[in-house]
Amino acid sequence: MTRTLLRIGAALGAVLVAAPTLAQDLTFWSWRQEDRAQYEGFIETFEAANPGITIQLETFEAANYNTILSTALAGGTGPDLMMVRAYGGMEAIASAGYLEPLTVEKVPNLEGFAESALQAETMRSDGQLYAVPFASQTQFVIYNKALFDANGLEEPQTWDELLALSQKLEDAGVMPFANGTATAWQNETIVFDLVSSIMGRSFYDDLMAGTADFTDPRFTGALAKLKEISAYFPDGFIGLDYPSAQQLFASGMAAMFAGGSYELATFKTLNPDIELGVFAAPGIAADDEKLVGIYYDGGYAANAAGENKEAALKFLNYVASQPFGQAFANTLNNISTVPGVTFDNPLLGEVAELNQNSIPYMMLVHFRFGEPSGSVLLQEEVQKLMADQTTPEAAGERITSELATWYEPFQQ
Amino acid sequence: MALTGRGLWITALIAPPLAFVALFIVYPIVAAFAYAFYDWQGLLRGEFVWFENFHTVLFVEPYASRTLNAFSHNIFVFFALMVLQNGLGFLLAYALWRELPGARFHRVAVFLPVVLSTIIVAYLWKLFLHPLFGVINQSLRGVGLADVAQPWLGQESTALWALVIAQAWHMVGFPTLVFLAGMQRIPTDIVDAVRMETQSEWVKITKIVWPLVAPSATVVFVLLFVGAFNWFELPYIMAGLDGSPYGSTDVLGLYFYRTAFGNVSAAHQDFGLGSALAVLMFLFIAAIAGFVTAKLRAREIQL
Repeated sequence: MTRTLLRIGAALGAVLVAAPTLAQDLTFWSWRQEDRAQYEGFIETFEAANPGITIQLETFEAANYNTILSTALAGGTGPDLMMVRAYGGMEAIASAGYLEPLTVEKVPNLEGFAESALQAETMRSDGQLYAVPFASQTQFVIYNKALFDANGLEEPQTWDELLALSQKLEDAGVMPFANGTATAWQNETIVFDLVSSIMGRSFYDDLMAGTADFTDPRFTGALAKLKEISAYFPDGFIGLDYPSAQQLFASGMAAMFAGGSYELATFKTLNPDIELGVFAAPGIAADDEKLVGIYYDGGYAANAAGENKEAALKFLNYVASQPFGQAFANTLNNISTVPGVTFDNPLLGEVAELNQNSIPYMMLVHFRFGEPSGSVLLQEEVQKLMADQTTPEAAGERITSELATWYEPFQQ
Repeated sequence: MALTGRGLWITALIAPPLAFVALFIVYPIVAAFAYAFYDWQGLLRGEFVWFENFHTVLFVEPYASRTLNAFSHNIFVFFALMVLQNGLGFLLAYALWRELPGARFHRVAVFLPVVLSTIIVAYLWKLFLHPLFGVINQSLRGVGLADVAQPWLGQESTALWALVIAQAWHMVGFPTLVFLAGMQRIPTDIVDAVRMETQSEWVKITKIVWPLVAPSATVVFVLLFVGAFNWFELPYIMAGLDGSPYGSTDVLGLYFYRTAFGNVSAAHQDFGLGSALAVLMFLFIAAIAGFVTAKLRAREIQL
C-alpha cells in the first residue's frame, strides 16, 4: 500500500516537474479591441477542451495593425497565432514567408468552406491558403424601419421606385440618405452599395474574363446613376465625413444609409431603439437581379516560425469548426464563413439571404495588388464626380488606364 | 591630456548624452538613408538598387505626379502661412507692443491656442467647418448668406485653404510671442528718438522695428519653413491619409506615410520608396533652411 502511494507520489511529482515543459503557451494577436471579451470567451472554450494549451490574447489598434504585425514578424517577435487581413493586405505578410501554409490535412475543418472565402486568404502567386477566413461583409442599403413605416414606404423594386421614395422622404422633411463623401473610402463603398445591380453580374463576369474594362458602358452607366441618386444625399455631403454620416442615420435624421453589414452593430450601439432593415439596391427594371457587394474581412493564421505549431494548428482547426462559427455569429453578430452556421438574429439571417445574390466588392477583391490600387482610383474619381469635376466616362477612362500600369489584362 | 580630475568629469558628463544622441538620432537617420538604397518587399529587405527608388519617386508614374502634387501643396502652404501666420503674428506683436487697450488680455488670448494639442485643434476646426452643423455655415445661414455656406473640406477650391487657416489660428501666437520679445529688446532711447522724428507708424515699422527684430524674423521664418514641409498631423486628422478630396490636400508628410506604411485602401507598403522620399525631404529642407538662415543672419544688426 505504502509502495503504491509512494509510486503515485513519485509519478505525480514527475508530472508536476514536467508540466511547465508540456504546457504550451501561445500568443494570439487581434485588431478587434472592441471584441476582446468575446474572444476571451472563445479561447476559454478552446482551453477547456485542450488542456495544456494556453492562449494569451493581445489586441491592437485596427488602423496600424498591419504595420505593427509586419514589424514584429520581421523582427522575429511575432505572435504564434494572429488575425490577418484578406487579399492584398494578407499577401503583404504572406509573401515574406511569415505565415504557415494551410491545407485540409493540417486543418480538417476547412473542408466545405466556400471557394470565394478561401480565395480571400490564398496568395495568388503560389495558390496556397494562409489563413482561416472568419467573416464576410455585405455592401447594401440600410434603412430605418420606423421612418419607412411613418411615410408609408416599402423596399424599392426598381431604380425609379428608389428615386420616388427618396423624393417622398425629402418632401416629408426627412433626409433620404445620410451618406457623405469627404472620407475617401466612403466613395468606394457607396458605388457597390447603390449601383451593384445596375452594373450587373454580366459586367463582373466580362471584367474577369478580360473582355471588359472600366470604360464599359455598364460601369460608367452605373456611375451616372450614382451621381443621380446623390441628389438625395445631405446638403454639402461632399464635405460630410464618415462619423457625421453615421450620426445622421443613427439619430433618425436620415432614413437610409448606403453602407456595409459592419454598420449594423454600430448603429445599434449608437441608438439601441433604432429598428433596422436592409435591402439590395434595385436595378433599372423590377426583374433585374438585385445584387449586393460581398467580400471577406480577414482570417486567422499561424506563424510559420512558431515554436508550438501543432497547438497553433489545433486552434485554427477549432476556429474553422461549426460550434465556433455559431458562437462567432451569435456573440459578434457577424456573418461567419464556417459552413452550416444558422443565424438567430433575424437581420443577420436577412443579410445571409441577400448574400445569395452578390458580386464581389471588386476593387478590394481584385484590384488592390499594385500601385495605384483600384480602390484609391475609384475613390478619387467618385469624389471628383460628386464635385462635378469629371464625367462617368472620363472616370472609367482614368481608372482603366492607370490600372493598366500593373493589371495585365488591361494592357492589350 | 590625462583622464584625471576635470577631464574625467567632462567625459563622464558628455559621454551618456552623446551615446543617447548617436543611438536615437544619428543612427535612425543614417539607417533611413541606407534603407532608401534597397529594394523592399513589404518589410523584407532585398537587393541593393543604387538610386532606383529616388528615380521612381521623382520620374516614374504614378509616383512622379503624386510627388509633384504633394510638393506643390507644401509650397503653397508655406507661402500662405508666411502671410497668415508670420505676417499676422508680426502685426499682432506690434499692436501688443504698443500697449493698445486690452493688451494684457490679448497677450494671453493670442497665445492660448498654441498650448492646445494639434489633435484638439484639428477636431475643433472639423466641427467648425461641418457642412450641416458647423458654426461657420450656421452663422452664414443665420445672417442670410446661405449661398456662401460651403462644404469647406469637401471641395478642391477650399479644402487646403481651410487647413491653412486652422493651422494659422493654432500657431499664430508663436511668431507673435517671438516678435514681441524681439520688440521689447529694442532700447527705449532709440524708440524715443524716433518719436521725436516722426508720427507715422508706417515709418516706425519699416525703418526701425522691422530691421531691429531681424533675429526674431530669422527664427520664425526658418521654423515655418521646416514646419510647412514636414506638415502632417493637421491634414491627417482633417483630410485623412489620402489628402481628400482627390489629393487636393495631399502634402509630402501624408504621401510619405502612405508610401512607406501603406493605407487600408492600397495594401501596399514600400519602405524603399518611402525612405527615398524621406531622404529627399530631409535634404531639401536642410539645404534651403541652411541657405535661408545664412542669408537672413547677414541682415541682422548687432545692437
